[in-house]
Amino acid sequence: MTTDTALRPAPAPGSTPGAGARPRSRLSGGTATGLGAAVLYLSLIVLIPLALVVWRSADHGPGYFWRAVTTPDAWAALTLTIGASVIVALINLVMGTLIAWVLVRDRFPGKAVVDTVIDLPFALPTIVAGLVLLALYGPESPLGINLAYSRAGVMLALLFVTLPFVVRTVQPVLLELDADMEQAAASLGAGPFQIFRRIILPNLVPAMLSGTALAFTRSIAEFGSTVLISGNLPFKTQVAAVNIFSQIEGDNTTGAAAISTVLLVVALVALISLDLLQRWGNRRG
Amino acid sequence: MAIEVRDVNKSFGTTPVLREVSVDVASGSLTALLGPSGGGKSTLLRVIAGLEQPDTGTVRISGVDATRLSPQRRNVGFVFQHYAAFKHLSVFRNVAFGLEIRKRPKDEIRKRVMELLELVHLEKMADRYPSQLSGGQRQRMALARALAVEPEVLLLDEPFGALDAQVRKELRTWLRRLHDEVHVTTVFVTHDQEEAIEVADTIVVLANGEVVQVGSPADVYDNPANPFVMRFLGPVTEIGGSLVRPHDIEISVDPIEGGTPATVSRVVRLGFEVRVEVEVGGQEAWVQVTREFADRLGLEPGDAVVVRPAPGARSLALSAV
Repeated sequence: MTTDTALRPAPAPGSTPGAGARPRSRLSGGTATGLGAAVLYLSLIVLIPLALVVWRSADHGPGYFWRAVTTPDAWAALTLTIGASVIVALINLVMGTLIAWVLVRDRFPGKAVVDTVIDLPFALPTIVAGLVLLALYGPESPLGINLAYSRAGVMLALLFVTLPFVVRTVQPVLLELDADMEQAAASLGAGPFQIFRRIILPNLVPAMLSGTALAFTRSIAEFGSTVLISGNLPFKTQVAAVNIFSQIEGDNTTGAAAISTVLLVVALVALISLDLLQRWGNRRG
Repeated sequence: MAIEVRDVNKSFGTTPVLREVSVDVASGSLTALLGPSGGGKSTLLRVIAGLEQPDTGTVRISGVDATRLSPQRRNVGFVFQHYAAFKHLSVFRNVAFGLEIRKRPKDEIRKRVMELLELVHLEKMADRYPSQLSGGQRQRMALARALAVEPEVLLLDEPFGALDAQVRKELRTWLRRLHDEVHVTTVFVTHDQEEAIEVADTIVVLANGEVVQVGSPADVYDNPANPFVMRFLGPVTEIGGSLVRPHDIEISVDPIEGGTPATVSRVVRLGFEVRVEVEVGGQEAWVQVTREFADRLGLEPGDAVVVRPAPGARSLALSAV
């Protein structure tokens, strides 16, 4: 891998090199104003509130922070949330890619409808999603499947709300994928499976990863859709967001802030590792 | 014959794109499929490669009926107009792709790929990614990739169409030389008559899905089968109801035998050549002369002259269309 510019020989006559260094320039007046507005807005809406939560969680020192996070019910909620989110993100990685594939590559009646329905979990208030799931998979399930008050119910709710992420990140990449590449591979002797594994998949991986990371981070924060179907049984089905809510109701804001901080760190780690992965991928062009 | 195409018909929906096309390509030749856009030349190339199925007709490659063979099993090398580079693989891995699919030993692959990269002058770029290459370099990489599997025939679909004029000219000459080195039967599609004449040893002219004429570049240029081919292969002008090449017309200020009186309407100097526009019998025509000749005659707009097709000039009578 040669990203080192020193290794680049002079471009051949009549050729334009694909990558070129852009000289740094001073910010123009317009850019400075725009950047200032963006930073101010980000600070007010995102950074300051987040910093305050982290600050609040340290109110009573690191010992208190650790005890607040490791109380049996908080710890159970955190491990359930993170564990379920990992599984949910992985399932939607596979299923989301599959759905995106079907939507882009196959023709079937009602395709436009399916394409629209994918966004429903985004559009629907999550509490409504919870209600819908409870009606279908609750104690009075018309299907005879009762997932209420179980961890399976929690997973179902999380699967529902995070479905669109992988579909909507993979779909455009698949649409833009150069069909000539696949034909070139075919004429070089690659069969359909080899074309998928050696040509299509490597080009989809960045989008698949970013969709999965988004699904994961959304999933660890989910409240509305899980609150009804889970029954919020501590140690069993209570997710972290609900645990935070109950701590606040019990007037333990420091404990709530501590658990929030843990979720924040987990989400940050997920996003940063995704970014590193993508940078690693981008170096290859 | 390396490629025999017989009576191929192909429609997209209700639009016929190939009609009763039969073409023979000799082993080791460099053949151009030349024609205007939408003439069916790319479709014919894709039918030969197996990327399209003909509705009727057969394709034989090296004597074997390949009509129903998948592209994987035809052993043809295909080069696309927009390179179709595997952008997630290095230049080396791009070229090695076909050999890896064929599960050749690692050291054999390395040796063969480096040979090919040398052939296309990319040996220093082996570890680069396609996005770090110029268009011309990417197309040379695509060519090496297609050659790696030692194809029976090499098919190039408008290979220089996406490149700027300067690079296109360089690559043309280079392709001709490459073909002299590797001798693989090569068919390329182009809509540029200059490119076809310069590079190919046989030209197949396709228009409206039909083969209009097949011949050597000189043959097709000098003895066009019809006015369409004559117009497509080079400049033409009309004198006395016939199509003539403008460089095949004699112009004189003195009376000449068989000459038609004409009036000079404009003299355009284009460097070495001079375009003399004349009015003959109420119609516009033009004559291509050298600068030296034009200076000797000292032509000015309004001058009375006589014109006639040069002795031995090829001309095509235009029917009253």
